[in-house]
Amino acid sequence: MLDNISILIAAPTITLDLVINGLLIGALFALTAYGMALVWGVMRIINVAQGEFVILGGYMTYALTTAGLPPLLTIPCAAAITFALGYVLHYAVITRIVDRDLFVSVLATFGISIVIQQLLNTVFGGDVRVVDAGLGTQFFMGGLIAVSEIKIAAFLLVCVLALVLVLFLKRSRLGQAIRATAQNPRAARVLGIDTNRVYAMTFALNAAICGACGSLVAMAYTIHPYIGLPYTIRSFMIVVVAGLGNLPGVVAAGLGLGAAENIAGFVLGTQFQLAFVFSLLVVVLVWRNWRLSRKRQYLK
Amino acid sequence: MNTIKTRILSAAVLAAFAYAPGALAADTIILGAAVSLTGKYTTDGEHTKRGYDLAVEAINNAGGVKVGDKNYMLEVKYYDDESTPARGAELAERLIRQDGVKLLLGPYSSGMTKAMGPVTEKFEVPMVQANGASRSLFTNGWKYMFATLSTSEQYLASAIALAAENADKLGKDAKEITVALAFENDPFSQDVRAGVLDDAKKFGMKVVIDDQLPRELNDMAATLTKVKALKPDILIVSGHAKGAATAVRQIDEMKVQVPILAMTHCDSADITGKFGDAANYTLCATQWAPTMTYKDDLFGSSGDYAKKFQEKFGYEPPYQAAESSAAVMVFADAISRAGSADAKPVRDALAATDLPTFYGQIKFDETGKNIAKPMALYQVIDGQFKVVAPTNAAEVPAIVPRPSM
Repeated sequence: MLDNISILIAAPTITLDLVINGLLIGALFALTAYGMALVWGVMRIINVAQGEFVILGGYMTYALTTAGLPPLLTIPCAAAITFALGYVLHYAVITRIVDRDLFVSVLATFGISIVIQQLLNTVFGGDVRVVDAGLGTQFFMGGLIAVSEIKIAAFLLVCVLALVLVLFLKRSRLGQAIRATAQNPRAARVLGIDTNRVYAMTFALNAAICGACGSLVAMAYTIHPYIGLPYTIRSFMIVVVAGLGNLPGVVAAGLGLGAAENIAGFVLGTQFQLAFVFSLLVVVLVWRNWRLSRKRQYLK
Repeated sequence: MNTIKTRILSAAVLAAFAYAPGALAADTIILGAAVSLTGKYTTDGEHTKRGYDLAVEAINNAGGVKVGDKNYMLEVKYYDDESTPARGAELAERLIRQDGVKLLLGPYSSGMTKAMGPVTEKFEVPMVQANGASRSLFTNGWKYMFATLSTSEQYLASAIALAAENADKLGKDAKEITVALAFENDPFSQDVRAGVLDDAKKFGMKVVIDDQLPRELNDMAATLTKVKALKPDILIVSGHAKGAATAVRQIDEMKVQVPILAMTHCDSADITGKFGDAANYTLCATQWAPTMTYKDDLFGSSGDYAKKFQEKFGYEPPYQAAESSAAVMVFADAISRAGSADAKPVRDALAATDLPTFYGQIKFDETGKNIAKPMALYQVIDGQFKVVAPTNAAEVPAIVPRPSM
C-alpha cells in the first residue's frame, strides 16, 4: 500500500490519469444519482432498482446494435424504452406504494430489481456483454495519459443531458409541476396539478436517465445482469452526501466519488474499490450525525 | 437471437427425453445433475449442461451403456441450482433422497461442488464432476467425488514456465522477470494464484503487483494503471468471463504494454469475437482445445467432438463443455465395468478408471483428481486460438513479447 502511495507521489501523471478516468465515470454516477434524488425528492421513494435500470439500458443498446443500429443512435432508443418501462412500472407498482411507508417502497423496488435481473438473465443469458462504439483512444502528455474516446463522449453527453434536465425542470410546465409536487404535494393538488401524472413522469424520466447512462456503460465498460447493485449503491451514496435537491452537490459528489474510487482502487487494490464506497458512506453518515448533535446542543 | 434458438432446441431435446415411452424407463439409468441455469454462472452452467447432453445423446445413439448383456439408455435429471451453493446442496439431497438417483454429475464451479460434496459423501453416492477445479476440493478425504479436469493450481503455472523459457526474448534472465497478478477473490481464482506464486518463486521471479478483483467487476482501470506504472514483464488475470472481458477491453483502451498477457476464461468470454484484434497475442489457460490430438471411440478426435458440438449448438465448444462430456463418458465406462448402476460398485469402478477420451486421458488418484491430463495454454494469433504449451503438444511457438499494438 505504501509502495502504491509512493508511486502516486513519484509519478504525478499517473495520479492525473486516475483522476481523469475517475472524473469521467463519476459523471455517469452523478447523473444516475440525480435521477435517484429526483424520485426520492418528488415521490419519497428510494428506488433500489436504479442500477437495474442502468443495466437494462445497456442491454437495450446491446440488442439494438446487434440488430444493426449504430451504437451512438441506440442511446436515445434505450432511453425511450426505459422511459416507457418506467411509466408502465409506475402504474403497475409504484402508484400503489407512493404514499406508503419508505420501507414498503424499498421492498417493492428491490422486488423490481430482482425481476429485471432475472428477466435479463433469461433473455440475454448471464454472459458478459460489451458494445463496441468504434471509437479509439486519446493520448495526452506523450502517451502517459490515455483516455478512451467513448469515455470522453459519455462525459460530454452526460453534461448535455444534465443541462437539458435542469432546463426542463426550471422552464417547462411539467418541470414546474414536478418541482411544485416535490415541495408540497397537497398544495400542488389543490392548485390543480395532477400529482399522479407528475409521479408517473418523474419515475419514467428517472428510468430514461438510467437507460441513457446504461447505454454508455455498455459502450465504455462491460455489463452482465448482476452488475446493477454497485450503481444503486453509488447513487445512494452520492444522494446521501449531497442531499436532496442539491444539483451542484450531486455533481461534485459524483465526480469526487469517481476520482476517489479510482485512487482508492490503485492504492488499496481493485477489490477494495467498492468497499471504499461503503466505508465512505459510513463516514459521511457518522459525520453528519455528529454535526447534527452539535447543532442540537446549541439549541438547548 | 442465436442463444435463444439453441435454448429452444435444447429444451426440445430435453422434452423428447422426458416424454420417451414409459416402457423405456425400466431400461434407463438416470444420472442426476444440479447445474446453474440462472444466476451468475448461467453461461458456464449452460456449457456444462450442453456437454452432458451431447455425450448422453452420443452414448445413446451408439446403443447405450452395456451392463452385463443388456443395454441401458442414459438420461440426466436436471435441476437449476440458481448459482447458489446452499440451493445446490439442497438439490443434491433432493436428487438422492426424493428422486432416488444413485449417480450424480457435478455442477458448475468449485463453490457449488464444495457445497454438494458433503451431501454425496454422506449418502455415499458417487459424483463425477467436471467443473470444480479448486484445490480445496481434494483435501477433504472425500471418497465419492471424481474430477475429469486438471486442478486449478495448474491453470496458469504454465504461463510462468513459458515466460521463463522465453526470458532471452525479453532480454532478461528468468529470475529478473517481474510478474503482475490480478485475481478475483474467489476460491478458484485464488487457487490459480497460489499455483502461479509457487512457480514464480521456483524461478525466482519478483511479484510486483498482486491485486485482487471484486466479484462485481466491470472496471479494473486502477489495477491497469499500476501495470502501466510498474511495467511488469507478465500480467496474469483471472476473474471468470467478466475478468477476461474487462481486462482485454481496458488493456486495449488504455494501451497497456505488457510483453506477456495470460488469463483464464478467454473462450467463455469470447474475447476474439467481442474484441477482435484487441485480443491478439493473449495467452489463455485451457483444459482442452479442439486442435489437440486426443482420441476415443465414441466421438473420435478432439476435432470431431468440436464439429458435433458446433453442429448441435451453433458455437465452438469451450473446454467447460468438453470436460462435462468426458464426465458422462467416465460414468458410462465405470457402469459397464462395474456391471451395475448401484452406487457402491460404480464408485469402485470409477476409482480404477483409466480411460482415453477426446478430452485427454482420465485416471484418478486417491483424492479423485485426474492426474493423467496436463493443462494447456493457447495464444490468440490472428483471431485464432493456437496451442502454444505444453511445448510437446504445441501447434506453433508462442509469440513473445506481444508486438505493441
